[in-house]
Amino acid sequence: MIKIIKYILLDILRNKMVLGYAVFLFAITFTVFSLEDSTQKGLLSMLNLVLFIVPLVSVIFSTIYVYNSSEFIELLVSQPLKRSRIWLSIFVGLAGALSLAFFAGAGLPMLFYEPSATGLMLLLMGLLISVIFVAIAMLAAVHTRDKAKGIGFAILLWIYFSLLFDGLVLFLLFQFADYPLEKAMIGISALNPIDLGRILVLLKMDVSALMGYTGAVFKEFYGTDKGLIVSLSVMVLWIALPLLYSLKKFNRKDL
Amino acid sequence: MISANKVNKSFGKLKVLNEVSFTSNSGQCIALIGPNGCGKTTFIKCVLGMVVPDTGTITVMGKDVASGWQYRSEVGYMPQVGRYPENMQIGQVIEMLTDIRQSHKTIDDDLISAFALKALYHKRMRTLSGGTMQKVSAAIAFLFGASVLILDEPTAGLDPVASEILREKVLAEKARGKLILITSHILSELDELISDIVYMQDGSILLYKTLNALKEETGETKLSRAIAQIMTNKPS
Repeated sequence: MIKIIKYILLDILRNKMVLGYAVFLFAITFTVFSLEDSTQKGLLSMLNLVLFIVPLVSVIFSTIYVYNSSEFIELLVSQPLKRSRIWLSIFVGLAGALSLAFFAGAGLPMLFYEPSATGLMLLLMGLLISVIFVAIAMLAAVHTRDKAKGIGFAILLWIYFSLLFDGLVLFLLFQFADYPLEKAMIGISALNPIDLGRILVLLKMDVSALMGYTGAVFKEFYGTDKGLIVSLSVMVLWIALPLLYSLKKFNRKDL
Repeated sequence: MISANKVNKSFGKLKVLNEVSFTSNSGQCIALIGPNGCGKTTFIKCVLGMVVPDTGTITVMGKDVASGWQYRSEVGYMPQVGRYPENMQIGQVIEMLTDIRQSHKTIDDDLISAFALKALYHKRMRTLSGGTMQKVSAAIAFLFGASVLILDEPTAGLDPVASEILREKVLAEKARGKLILITSHILSELDELISDIVYMQDGSILLYKTLNALKEETGETKLSRAIAQIMTNKPS
């Protein structure tokens, strides 16, 4: 398995796109921190960047990569290799390359300017979100044979998680404004890894006071160690479930 | 070595394999022939585990294809259309496969030298012509000394010299007692190569006979004419 991962990593790194992504993140992170006087504000800008651009690049790059390596997959499947190992190797290769790019591009300058708990949390969220969206992309790619459809589906998932979901939550809140929804919001926020990441970072920033009563409830739950463990486990589930489902699909797929 | 038991496969509404049952042993060289779209390639892909049958079982050397994967180290496969990672060089592909296969047996690079592929090792796969691609596929299929060889239209696209080299190689491997499965539409080139014939139509095996039996039955000396007679007289 390590051999396959090696070949996949080599193949991804030969592709200049990941390198470009890392350089882009590096440039943006430096710019953001140099523009703002307080690093807290810089972190806030970085948060939005991490929550928008990282999942987008992660999901699109991974989907396209899986489609473009269909020849590679076909070649490997006819060799004495277990199918699930091939699929997991692709996942590890993609997740590794994209996490590495995020760490080198955004993580290192962030640690340089803001080596605080907030900075570390943001770094952790960026890495987790990179990996989560690789898993989601692999699910989208295994689902449809058609490349255009698959990429469209992946982008749709990204739009849902980063834009539509918040709209739906707002809609719910307004419709049921008469009921105490604060506790339920904790459960609902677990349905979206991007929101979960946002909440965890914002709570570290002490701006949760701005979020009103819901913010206080969030703080009470997510601010504790138990809440942190629960939310990190939920994010790990967000990696494991799409990955396992796509693995199951891939094992039965006709090539 | 390869046996299939009531294999069924449909792609959507299209039934590609219909209750295919088949057994074969080492030392046989079997020609799998039939009209386009009769399920030859699908059957081969089922044997390799690339297509998963809906029902039925296939075993290779006594091992179930659905549950195992180790059996593929004893299978050499030459696809109809070789599909390789586009930006890898020929040398890199061969090196990678050797690395993955970890074959403790000696590497059989007869075809690599016969096709003079070493001189092309630095060429990227996407720049190759159809014929060169076929040469690479053939070289890879024979590279690991596998005891089952599956060749899907091996000579399509090869020049006369190269197809003669490949033919000699198949004869040599047959003499070593390997099981060889060939699909082809060029019946004349199969004549001296094969020992048995499988004729497929619409996803089922219509006929499975030794070459001699077939020739005797039809009274023809040429395979192509014998098959033509079967096809025209076939009970409908």
